[in-house]
Amino acid sequence: MQCHNMTEKIDINKDAKKIVLVGNPNVGKSVFFNALTGAYVDVSNFPGTTVDISSGRYKDMVVMDTPGVYGVSSFNDEERVARDVILYADIILNVVDTLHLERDLFLTQQIIDMGKPVIVALNMMDEVKKNGLEIDIDKLSQELGVPVIPTVAVKGEGIEKVKEALAHCARPGNRLPIVEENLQTVRHMVDEDSEALLVLEEDENVIARHHISGIKGLREQIYQARRTRVDEIVKKVMRQTNRGASFSVKLGRWMLSPLTGIPILIVVLWLVYEFIGVFVAQTVVEWTEGLIMGEYYYNFIMDLLEPILGTESFLAQLLIGEFGILTMTPVYVFGLLLPLVVGFYFVLSIMEDSGYLPRVAVLTDRSLNSLGLNGRAIIPIILGFGCVTMATITTRILGSRRERFIATMLLGLAIPCSAQLGVIAGLLGPLGIQMTALYVLVIVIVFALAGTLLNRVVPGKSTDLIIDLPLLRLPRIGNVLKKTYVKSKAFITEAGPLFLLGAVIISVLQYTGILDVIANGFAPITEGFLKLPRETAVAFIMGIIRRDFGAAGLNDMVSQGLLNPSQVLVALIAITLFVPCIAAVMVIFKERTWKEALLIWLGSFAISFLTAGIVAQIIV
Amino acid sequence: MRLDQINKGQRFLIVSIPDKQISTQAIRLGIYEGAKLACVYKLPAGPVVIQNGMQEIAIGRGLARKIEIEPLDKGDAGQCSAII
Repeated sequence: MQCHNMTEKIDINKDAKKIVLVGNPNVGKSVFFNALTGAYVDVSNFPGTTVDISSGRYKDMVVMDTPGVYGVSSFNDEERVARDVILYADIILNVVDTLHLERDLFLTQQIIDMGKPVIVALNMMDEVKKNGLEIDIDKLSQELGVPVIPTVAVKGEGIEKVKEALAHCARPGNRLPIVEENLQTVRHMVDEDSEALLVLEEDENVIARHHISGIKGLREQIYQARRTRVDEIVKKVMRQTNRGASFSVKLGRWMLSPLTGIPILIVVLWLVYEFIGVFVAQTVVEWTEGLIMGEYYYNFIMDLLEPILGTESFLAQLLIGEFGILTMTPVYVFGLLLPLVVGFYFVLSIMEDSGYLPRVAVLTDRSLNSLGLNGRAIIPIILGFGCVTMATITTRILGSRRERFIATMLLGLAIPCSAQLGVIAGLLGPLGIQMTALYVLVIVIVFALAGTLLNRVVPGKSTDLIIDLPLLRLPRIGNVLKKTYVKSKAFITEAGPLFLLGAVIISVLQYTGILDVIANGFAPITEGFLKLPRETAVAFIMGIIRRDFGAAGLNDMVSQGLLNPSQVLVALIAITLFVPCIAAVMVIFKERTWKEALLIWLGSFAISFLTAGIVAQIIV
Repeated sequence: MRLDQINKGQRFLIVSIPDKQISTQAIRLGIYEGAKLACVYKLPAGPVVIQNGMQEIAIGRGLARKIEIEPLDKGDAGQCSAII
């Protein structure tokens, strides 16, 4: 971290006061942000992270949003970014979820301990009554020492009061005695009170920035005191008037219990399949890839460039050839991938905002444990059925390098992406239920075996699940759309160039004839071991470029009558387990070390041919 | 006694959380040495779900095995001390 005052990166008047929005995940911060700033919002990415920060204006002040965090420190990217914005804030608007006071006030008290002027927006007050709770707001304000304003942000209630209060009423609150007593011992080493607190709390980044050494930190003592204080406040201000579990509490429990949770999960996955696998992958893609990109755009580019470039030259191949960077790449990325990725992120955002996703993580934790993962890994696995490239990037959320390696390997190996899934389903359909079941069985066995084995041999320790289960809520469509947009955009900017580079490599291989050499080199394995016709190797090679190309290549061979049903099955198994597409391979190399990536790549080659070969020896 | 041995509906006191990295994260969710919590649900061989007020937190079985607890009587400080 070169420049530690990150807020300077956003183009603002240096004298303008900075209002910073702070809160736990999913408490409704963005509603406040939008209400304060209106339409003129600037989204900037923090260097070295995937975290975006929105900033805008309210009157003559700058308003900055931060990622939802449980506390200010350096546990992950979100926290580091939030910390650097919060440290140099002038006024803090802390949004608190009233139903989760025990959790949220921990962050509130920490900000108060920093000495920042704070306004607390006590959000989701409408749910308080529903859940049989009563809150003494004046008492809470008195205990914290800062103004507390009840709000129902989604309905606009209380927002005007918050706006008024921001201008005049924000003030520093009651610090913990332990902070008050010790702050001065480190205050002279740093520029701000807020930094002094984090030095006391042993934040390694802040300590390193100020070249401080030999400080005896008090993190444990302060956290303990803060926890005790918060629980004490909650006890004083909150009263439960009835104990009737609401429907959402019951539903939440049903989602966790395997007996009811697994059927619920199956129904949800079926709905997701209907939406993405049928609606997006077929109806929408037919339109985006088939018509807009595949016809209008493709014809436009060809009409424009073909007269100039011809079709034979290397440049023509590179730009507008079969794998051209102006033809195949944009058609693939925008026509096929983008709709699927948007669809997947849309579904994932709904699952996340409604509170369902953490419950799925809990439900699947036990099974994933035996693969060396914890429940959190269900997120990249679900995403993998959309796009393995996207899922591989998402493995960043996993807690250890070991888990990231295992998850990446399993994704590359045994999860067919949606681009491929459609063609595979089309080929399996006519083969009947038995062959389909055999296919699914083989893939599931490989997935489970590979995971179990990796769990045995990969050194290190996986992290355990510890996850907050928010109350179930109806997600807000605005939030869902914003998340979908931000994540999809991040994916396209990150993976787009890799697809481009992949296309260039393949064009070069094809033009120089190396592609044929590789295909021929595969022939002995294809013919001898897999008992497939020679041409299947070409389909396999195509599968490296785009996974669905490989499957589509098989489709052609079937329609020419070159493969019998058993051979189709063998080829499908090989192509599913086979390395992911070239973009996914590049992401794997980018995310993992060279050694690990090579292992994943060559490993999936070997396993795919071995498995397909064994099946071939038995059934063909 | 360890957290994985708790019964559903049982209240308990957290005696110790051995892992420093985990304990600093857990304390924010209301899980810390000395906290009085309740187990609201246990998945078969899976995570233990505990409650602190309205807040529910799921803890993987492996981690639960490491957390030392002491069961509390039902009568101790009412059913839900965090709220009342």
